[in-house]
Amino acid sequence: MSVPHALLALLSEEPKHGLRLQSEFESRTGDVWPLNVGQVYTTLQRLERDGLVETDGDGDRSRKRYRITSDGGRELADWLRTPPDLVPPPRDELVIKVLVALEVPGTDVHEVIQIHRRHAVEVMQRYTQVKAAAAEDDVSLALVVDAELFRLEAIVRWLDAADVRLKRQPPTRPPAGSEPSPQPTPAEEVTQ
Amino acid sequence: MTSALEMRQVSKVYGAGPGEVTALSKVDLAVERGELVAVMGPSGSGKSTLLTIAGSLEEPSSGQVLVDGVDLAAVSRSDRATMRRRSIGYVFQDFNLLPGLTAVENVTLPLELDGVRARAARVAGLEALEELGVADRADRYPDELSGGERQRVAIARAIVADRGLLLADEPTGALDSVNGEGVMRLLRAATRRGVAGVVVTHEAQLASWADRVVFLRDGRVVDQTIAPPGPESLLAAGESR
Repeated sequence: MSVPHALLALLSEEPKHGLRLQSEFESRTGDVWPLNVGQVYTTLQRLERDGLVETDGDGDRSRKRYRITSDGGRELADWLRTPPDLVPPPRDELVIKVLVALEVPGTDVHEVIQIHRRHAVEVMQRYTQVKAAAAEDDVSLALVVDAELFRLEAIVRWLDAADVRLKRQPPTRPPAGSEPSPQPTPAEEVTQ
Repeated sequence: MTSALEMRQVSKVYGAGPGEVTALSKVDLAVERGELVAVMGPSGSGKSTLLTIAGSLEEPSSGQVLVDGVDLAAVSRSDRATMRRRSIGYVFQDFNLLPGLTAVENVTLPLELDGVRARAARVAGLEALEELGVADRADRYPDELSGGERQRVAIARAIVADRGLLLADEPTGALDSVNGEGVMRLLRAATRRGVAGVVVTHEAQLASWADRVVFLRDGRVVDQTIAPPGPESLLAAGESR
């Protein structure tokens, strides 16, 4: 979550004080992202330094009202249209765990998959509780929670696919006691 | 306390000899009134078989099925049919509404088959449609309703006249995710009013509306979720990041 751009978005409505920015940030992200007031003022200072916001004048920071500049408006418009980095981290921990489970003697990979599937579904249940308890017209909260639910659902779907794929595949690990392969296995490669 | 549904060591085997297929193997499952349970599993895991046996549409090869404490195998075929009409409601993936009947007639059909007079049945049917927010569509035919409205009518038919057990097989059908969520909200609301619900699905997002998720693999219950802690635990996790 980009706090600077969220603050610019809130200031694009009208000039606001720091405390109001903090409370509006939290309520509009469904109270899922807590933000302390110190973070708000530090971010506003940086935005002011970069010419993206300006204030009414000097004095106590809590009395200052911040307003977005034309540069700030352009920065916000650019950010909204710039795709986030969608390339996943190259070494996803869960993928590595499943690959390693294939190589560890005496480990049932399907049991490992099920443990992670259950955990993901339990976290999804908690997010769904948030949605169920909220008013149906609380769109901000629904959007935030949906994003998490779809991310977690993708994990469950990957685990489901891995489960089916591994069931179809005969075990490739050599029986215990045979000569070790001179080539590293894929799991060894990713964990090195 | 008597469970609304209890399955004890239920197995189902189709065919015999080399062609024998075990669809369910020693399944234990208890569902209480007020509880929504999701059964999750891949294609061929036995989900739909579990549901048809729970609803007495099919008999198990071995094991017991008790609905409100009554062992289905211990009652006559006609008593079982009566139980099916009075105690169990079904929601199917493809709605299964009869096209020649209006919304309220679809809802009241099981009551009338059970000998309830038309007038009393209509009152109960309208109440169920009211609960689902589609009472104003009572006299419309299925082809005059939207997909979401048809599904609401199907749920109304499943809960009409205080049925205690609601069984749903992929109940969101081809609805998009937001409308599918609406269906899950309705099923959850029905269970909060005291119905026991079992939803079969392969979708984790739909299953996450349940109080408990049971995982089925190759006809066996392999795992289930533990009652999740409250949503505040998510905020705590976010703060520690």
